[in-house]
Amino acid sequence: MLAHLPVLQVIVPLLAAPLCLFLTRSRLVWVFALAVSALAFLISCLLLQQVMSSGTIIYELGGWEAPWGIEYRIDPLNALLLLIITGISTIVLLAAHTSIQQEIPEERHTFFYILYLLSLAGMLGIVATGDAFNVFVFLEISSLSGYALIALGKDRRALWAAYQYLIMGTIGATFILIGIGLMYQMTGTLNMEDLSKRLPEVEHTRTVFTAYAFIIVGICLKLALFPLHLWLPNAYAYAPSIVTAFFAATATKVAIYLLIRFTFSVFGLTFSFTALPLQILFLTLGLLGIFAASTAAIYQKNVKHLFAYSSIAQIGYMIVGFSVSTTTGLMATLLHLFNHALMKSALFLALAAVVYRIGSVQLSQFHGLGRQMPFTMAAIVIGGLSLIGVPLTVGFVSKWYLIMAVIENGWWPVAVLILLGSLLAVVYVWRLVEAAYFKPPLPGRDTIKEAPLSLLIPVWILVIANIYFGIDTRLSVQVTQAASMSLFGVSP
Amino acid sequence: MGHYNYWIVVVLMMIGFYIVIAHGNLIKKIIGLGIFQTSVFILYISMANVEGGTAPILAEGISRYSNPLPHVLILTAIVVGIATTALGLALAIRIKQAYGTIEEEEIQKKDNLDC
Repeated sequence: MLAHLPVLQVIVPLLAAPLCLFLTRSRLVWVFALAVSALAFLISCLLLQQVMSSGTIIYELGGWEAPWGIEYRIDPLNALLLLIITGISTIVLLAAHTSIQQEIPEERHTFFYILYLLSLAGMLGIVATGDAFNVFVFLEISSLSGYALIALGKDRRALWAAYQYLIMGTIGATFILIGIGLMYQMTGTLNMEDLSKRLPEVEHTRTVFTAYAFIIVGICLKLALFPLHLWLPNAYAYAPSIVTAFFAATATKVAIYLLIRFTFSVFGLTFSFTALPLQILFLTLGLLGIFAASTAAIYQKNVKHLFAYSSIAQIGYMIVGFSVSTTTGLMATLLHLFNHALMKSALFLALAAVVYRIGSVQLSQFHGLGRQMPFTMAAIVIGGLSLIGVPLTVGFVSKWYLIMAVIENGWWPVAVLILLGSLLAVVYVWRLVEAAYFKPPLPGRDTIKEAPLSLLIPVWILVIANIYFGIDTRLSVQVTQAASMSLFGVSP
Repeated sequence: MGHYNYWIVVVLMMIGFYIVIAHGNLIKKIIGLGIFQTSVFILYISMANVEGGTAPILAEGISRYSNPLPHVLILTAIVVGIATTALGLALAIRIKQAYGTIEEEEIQKKDNLDC
């Protein structure tokens, strides 16, 4: 059984999804989906433990040896991503039953859980697989169910957002497909490990250049790198709150994983960063993203929009760390990936609680909520502090490593810009605090109560994780260090 | 012009891409997306071709045959393409019900009024 963990990680949610159809009652489906997600989380914990103690796990599907068969390959990077995805998915699902009562009609609840599990299976598949074409298939499984999940939103704008995301996402995925095809044309293999051995022989050809360009642009569309981020704000703002919390924490992270995997493992560092002026390109786009998106966040009237723009800015930080392309830089990226997943899921889940009580996330509706929903608002404030990067929160840890990586490279101006970017975060978080704590409650809203415990508990699990991993950084630092070391091919 | 099929791929790809970007009609966008995806199918099928090769069936007298792997891959991609088109069209129907139009500009205008 233990030997089959890598494939069970993907198969369990994938097979569980259609089984939901047999359970008709909403509560029953919820318990089932939660159990499946918790099981996936348990598997990912076991996998991480196994990887950290005995190194990379290779699993051959159906016993067919790679490169003929498909192999699943779990190294520290994969294990970390699997842990993040399953962990967040489980905690978010805890809150799902209460939250979707108000946001999704009863008869669609079963479909919601099916799509959720399919999307989860797709993301886990992307991360677990060691086969380039398999990546495309899983990418489409998670994206297609993602479009449908977003379209479940109450507002009619959810439909339009889902449609736009579908167009952009499909273009991105098709670009990745073209890139994979061109790589296959040059090397005759689809296995990532095998590709990394065969690509150097043909790396001077224009076909490989084209393949790399297509793959990078395709992935950047998926991860909403500025200026390819246009689909993200509306998709996050109008999707059901639970979906937003899940996607904000995982979907773009999976794309960042693909970027790292293709750049470092498949094409190799020397090709990726010498053949193209990628370093300066990513650094510029990352910094532009931080400033443009943070500034846009300041002017948003809808709080979900505000945090969606902030997500784009946070992706900018990850890309800056990536562009440094040293072990510390990559470590900073991975740390921020882990930490940002914690922050954004806590924030969006807290917003789900706000939606549950007042049915709106307009900033003007937040007046006086600090007293009416003290626990929810306290969670948002702590999440916001974490976004800014205040010490004792996770945000501080990743910013610290990022600035260290940048300074190690002697890029002083970049370090200053990163700090300035954090100041912008202070502004948009402050706007929220001001509305919630320093404005009198709106008339006729005296009856607003604190959110129910079924929402508060998951929110606070995430908030406490935000603080815990900000103080005790052993797990996150150790795993990200092992991951970035293995990507650079140095043994720790 | 030895590789004319690749030129067809490029031309189809650009036509599809142009339609997706330039047209405001949601159905036309999906048609464009379909053409764009189809061009990639042809790319895969072309690269599998072996000069003078036949279908990869084990039979007497056949020694040269085309590479079957890309064909199989593209079967998967076709299924994905169909799913995408179906979902896109379903969304277009729902958008028509909710907004009363499938023109991008008008949808945008109605959304701006809502804000």
